[in-house]
Amino acid sequence: MDTAMHAPILQEELVRVRECRQAYHKESSADLVVLDNVDLTLHAGEIVGLLGRSGSGKSTLLRIVSGLLRPTSGDVRWRGQPLTGPAPGVAMVFQSFALFPWLTVQANVELGLEAKGVHRAERERLAEEAIDLIGLGGYENAYPKELSGGMRQRVGLARALVVHPDLLLMDEPFSALDVLTAENLRTDLIELWSEKKLPVKAVLIVTHNIEESVLMCDRILVFSSNPGRVAHELTVPFPHPRNRHDPAFRQFVDRIYGLMTKREVEPPVDTAATTGGMPVRAFAQALPELPMNLMAGLMETLADQPYRGRADLPLLAAALQLELDELLPLGESLQMLKFAELAEGDILLTAAGARFVQADRDERKSILAASLLQNLALVGAIKSVLDERWNHRARAERFRDELEDHMSPDYARQTLQTVIGWGRYAELFDFDEEADQFFIDDDDD
Amino acid sequence: MLQMRFANLRVPGIGVPANPSVETKPNVFDFVAIALLLGMAVAVASVARHTFAPLSAPGATEIHLDPAYLPAYAVRTTLRMFAALLASLLFTFTYAVWAAKSRRVGALLVPILDILQSIPILGFLTFTVVFFMSLFPGRVLGAELAVIFTIFTSQAWNMAFSMYQSLKTVPSDLNEVSRGFGLSSWQRFWRLEVPYAMPGLVWNTMMSMSGGWFMVVASEAVTVGNTSFVLPGVGSFIAEAVAKKDLWAVIEAIVTMLVVILIYDQILFRPLVAWSARFRMETTAGAVAEDPWMLALLRRTRLLNRASRLFGDMLTSVGGLPLGARPTSRQRVLMPGRVGDGLWYGMLGIVVAVACWQVAVYARANLSWHEIGHVMLLGCYTMIRVVTMIALASLIWVPIGVWLGLRPQWARRAQPVAQFLAAFPANLTYPVFVVGIVHYHLSSNIWLTPLMVLGTQWYILFNVIAGAAAFPGDLLEAARNFQIGGWRWWHRVMLPGIFPYFVTGALTASGGAWNASILSEIASWGSTTLVATGLGSYIAQATTAGATAKVALGMVVMSFFVIVFNRVLWRPLYSFASRRLTFS
Repeated sequence: MDTAMHAPILQEELVRVRECRQAYHKESSADLVVLDNVDLTLHAGEIVGLLGRSGSGKSTLLRIVSGLLRPTSGDVRWRGQPLTGPAPGVAMVFQSFALFPWLTVQANVELGLEAKGVHRAERERLAEEAIDLIGLGGYENAYPKELSGGMRQRVGLARALVVHPDLLLMDEPFSALDVLTAENLRTDLIELWSEKKLPVKAVLIVTHNIEESVLMCDRILVFSSNPGRVAHELTVPFPHPRNRHDPAFRQFVDRIYGLMTKREVEPPVDTAATTGGMPVRAFAQALPELPMNLMAGLMETLADQPYRGRADLPLLAAALQLELDELLPLGESLQMLKFAELAEGDILLTAAGARFVQADRDERKSILAASLLQNLALVGAIKSVLDERWNHRARAERFRDELEDHMSPDYARQTLQTVIGWGRYAELFDFDEEADQFFIDDDDD
Repeated sequence: MLQMRFANLRVPGIGVPANPSVETKPNVFDFVAIALLLGMAVAVASVARHTFAPLSAPGATEIHLDPAYLPAYAVRTTLRMFAALLASLLFTFTYAVWAAKSRRVGALLVPILDILQSIPILGFLTFTVVFFMSLFPGRVLGAELAVIFTIFTSQAWNMAFSMYQSLKTVPSDLNEVSRGFGLSSWQRFWRLEVPYAMPGLVWNTMMSMSGGWFMVVASEAVTVGNTSFVLPGVGSFIAEAVAKKDLWAVIEAIVTMLVVILIYDQILFRPLVAWSARFRMETTAGAVAEDPWMLALLRRTRLLNRASRLFGDMLTSVGGLPLGARPTSRQRVLMPGRVGDGLWYGMLGIVVAVACWQVAVYARANLSWHEIGHVMLLGCYTMIRVVTMIALASLIWVPIGVWLGLRPQWARRAQPVAQFLAAFPANLTYPVFVVGIVHYHLSSNIWLTPLMVLGTQWYILFNVIAGAAAFPGDLLEAARNFQIGGWRWWHRVMLPGIFPYFVTGALTASGGAWNASILSEIASWGSTTLVATGLGSYIAQATTAGATAKVALGMVVMSFFVIVFNRVLWRPLYSFASRRLTFS
């Protein structure tokens, strides 16, 4: 068990981030806060994971650590020095691989060395070394488009490793790969790390995959969303190589699931937040991109054997082949509509949810309509505006603008898109894409 | 990054040694390629000698209608073309880069570019000729520069625009990689930004060249007021043939130009387009088209290959020089400096106000309201011509294009032909039609009209072919399965499918038609001159008379029509098409 503890206290400190805050300034409204009061310290010899949902600001933090992005406020230090530009001892691996399509594998790998002004012969030697280390030997003259996703990410890795960085940053490096390829690459990487063959001192990895983080990291920072904060910090006590099926491992994964499904903020509709009839917080709730059919499918699965109304999230995720990032928003949306509840890593179907499953198509529509009007302030607002208008039409822009006061334009658009989908399913209202207007079709009444 | 490292792309199945750098003995392909290069060098040298001669020198401006002179004329025309191309590239790499890198400067330069794109370039001739002739009075060089500048104005804008757009859309992850590795701004430019812009730039250069051929032919024999010159070339050859009523010489010139364009297309642009494909961002290895023979030839040569690699390595190290600023971390700000903006835009406002005042004063002194109204009316006539012609061309070429596009065998053959025809300067063929009109005493107001789409109709054809060829096969099968036929098939299946492509083609065609109207609304054969009433002939006549104010008015009005046309018709259609009628 002695390899398990990299004893961070004794090792040199690489990165120190204190009270980091990243906000986007917006006109006419409060700033949009992406990261709030985040502290992070990285030591040599450890793999640290940033675990959280999309939109929790973990990728932003990674870019702040790399020196690509300057935080709105807070102190970022690289080896004790304030960071003002891309840190020389940091290399990054991207989710999208970010390879130059017009350069061969060799040229892609040499890019960082070239920028450093390394001589050609030395460049070729180092590149050869990194290419061999990462298992790309023989592919030197291939272009990225000739390679599979897994091989492409290996090029991305080789390109980062060739500069012998002190810190390797990985931004969801395996999430664009299929399950088997990702597993293969993870195993190779951990093996190299354990054998101390990786020319890096520490790794910081962003992920939304709980198992992946437990499999690879020595320390995990769990992020909460809106605004992004470090909600929990966990030390993983297992030595490498780790076994997914070890009961202790499973228990650890379960524990993180529990932490991530714990209700941190007040439920969406909260009477305390009501000002002038419209609960501000609930109105500003960002919605994930979820079609109603998917939610109905999950409810049906939950109601059926073997779950009978209650399921363990990690098991459910495995059975449905869904990632945490896909399953959690689903569960939370159901919770928002009072069709299900999340607790301690489990999901429970509520009475309303069970009623929905039992109902026929028309009844489902009316159950959903009632739930939407009751639980989603945005739907209520749209509906009442439409009812007031003589032609039952309303521009979507005003709702989008209002949402943008509380979230980024992308989330606002996505939220509105989801509301349109749900509203159509419930036949509450329809949407005219050309005119960018909500409307109620009178012919149906 | 401009290097052509042909060695890196190996052509399978040919006797190339596994490592081409080991063996550098020349092979047979080298001799072919070197012969071609030598030929070009000799041609350039012989033409350069003439450029510094005075205009009045014997033989400097005399045009012989002897076919033996045609090859030399063709070379001179081509060189003018490439000189302008070089200037356009320089412009692209400065203007567009500046506009993209500086937000404030961009706010000024980009709209200017947008307007310049829509201006009928033939009108520029008046101003450039006067300017350059006064710069080098009595020298051939002045006239040459005037012509080259005119061609430049037909090429530069859309190339710069394409560069600007590419620079603005560089993928953020690649940008982060380069910044993360600490590439300086100079290195980033050559390693990332230029390669990324390459496919768009090559394509736009090709499009520009088509417009350029048209211009070079039109501007070699020019009269602006008292200034008139003739520069030896295919364009002036044909002008002379028209003056002498020599139909046979006209045909000889057309054939010569066909050969020139064929060579330029085959030797330069096909290889360039194929080569630029490697800079495309797509990450899947799609169906790779066969290398054009010229590219294959270059890739197979040994000596040249090695030389080009050395040259390429040299360029690579220049691109790798650590010039420019190192990256710093970026502060994401949505609210940029207000004070600086205020000053900058305030200053711009003053300059614009002064310019407007100057224009107003000049216009008051030289133009009357009556004149302006008259020109607007002429603009309407020309607009009716353009609209009718585009509609007619669409009626003819859409069905043909669809027919060809749905048959891959035919499409593959027809596509290069259509592109080739679009590149051919249609104004060379005008005299042939004019002879017919004169001979049969036809109405020039009607029969001169088709000339304006003679060259640009091909844009409609090749875009429609591309659209039909890209039409999803399963949709076609579904349509057949549900027995959708006849008009319903066109209306519900095919036309919406090719609409985005059609709009692109028709937009290009209509822009070209406006420009061509300056040449096509007035035509002569010997001493007979045919005039169709319209804005094009107005500008052409004012140019010949050297009436600068009238030319300017005509150009402003035509630009106005073109821009309004673009804003009111083409842009909405285009955005509708890309929003609703694309397969994604």
